[in-house]
Amino acid sequence: MSAAGRDDFFELDGQRVPLQPGDTILRAAARAGLDIPHLCWHPDVSASASCRLCTVLADDRPVAACVAPAVAGQKVECRTASLDTQRLRLLQMLFVEGNHFCPGCEKSGHCLLQAQAERAGMTDLHFEALNPERPVDASHPDVLFEPNRCILCQLCVRASDEMDGKHVFAIGGHGIATRLLIDSPSGRLGDSALSVDDRAAHICPVGALLPKRVGFAVPIGERPFDTEDTRG
Amino acid sequence: MSAAAAPTPVRKLRVATVSLGGCFGCHMSLLDIDERLFELIEKVEFDRSPLTDIKTVGPCDIGLVEGGLCNAENVEVLRAFRAHCKVLVAVGACAITGGLPALRNHLDVGDILQSVYARVPDDPELPLPLNRVLPIHEVVQIDVALPGCPPPADAFWQLLQDLIAGRAPQHLPGLIRYD
Repeated sequence: MSAAGRDDFFELDGQRVPLQPGDTILRAAARAGLDIPHLCWHPDVSASASCRLCTVLADDRPVAACVAPAVAGQKVECRTASLDTQRLRLLQMLFVEGNHFCPGCEKSGHCLLQAQAERAGMTDLHFEALNPERPVDASHPDVLFEPNRCILCQLCVRASDEMDGKHVFAIGGHGIATRLLIDSPSGRLGDSALSVDDRAAHICPVGALLPKRVGFAVPIGERPFDTEDTRG
Repeated sequence: MSAAAAPTPVRKLRVATVSLGGCFGCHMSLLDIDERLFELIEKVEFDRSPLTDIKTVGPCDIGLVEGGLCNAENVEVLRAFRAHCKVLVAVGACAITGGLPALRNHLDVGDILQSVYARVPDDPELPLPLNRVLPIHEVVQIDVALPGCPPPADAFWQLLQDLIAGRAPQHLPGLIRYD
């Protein structure tokens, strides 16, 4: 145990962030109410460092803040011009790799990908849209699987493994062909052990896994990522 | 009134607007700047636009392009806009991403025409559809993008104010929306 003082803090963009034993940079920052942009991190499951949106410079070395241990006295930079541009390009790549139609999506206003892109100041796609062909799986009576919106963050995989104990999801394939796999004889969600009451059915940060019959229930202006600036 | 007392006339910026594969919702949102239209019209004049009914685009300072590229005519009009506009703005989700028309991109154009019209239309007045609906930045260089479905009226106002003042467009928080 260190005495109170410099050893109990690290510095994030010039602000002192208190540490607890076992903290990662992202967890300590989140507890202090400081925002490090992220997509694949959730406080209730283990970290996977798959999206890399939370990349920060820790003592000048780039690390994923969701898995990098917070070290007392360390100087961490998050909002530099270079890292902000890197995040913007990363978000644009996520958008062109899938089929993200915000205007018609039930998740709009509830979507972490959309919110992070808006906060990053993303106004265009920059890259060529790939328009992949990914058939929708509506076979489950209560949960829709819309792979066009999947960003392979693995939150459903971890939620099913760690909180539901069902192992319904996994990641398969390589490179651009990487996709979400469903553990069922047909490979379809309706034949899997997933229940709408599972955490995995609700943890998706985008609109890829959605409980059915609740879309558009919350009006524009009252959705989680709406702000006072939002029209409507 | 003597001529000396008259203020030096400031050249109005010339603005062209068009809806390609769009729904005119972005144009409606532009009109939603409401009474600020009177202030705007003191500083700009419109070239080709649904507001003027001028059919061809001439030399312009600003081009506002709504909608993505669904057919060969859209491509021709977009190229004319790029050739004539100093600052070309992609306006709205369809221009920037292809938008909802791009939902057809994983379907065969022939199958779509067959299922909608029961035959493939054969009329020289109809422009040929593209195999894939394209966002406009895949065909021409875009200078500014104004996201939203539609972009909020305040986003149009901010953009036009910035361009009229000769500033780089500012994308203020809350004015970047995708829905």
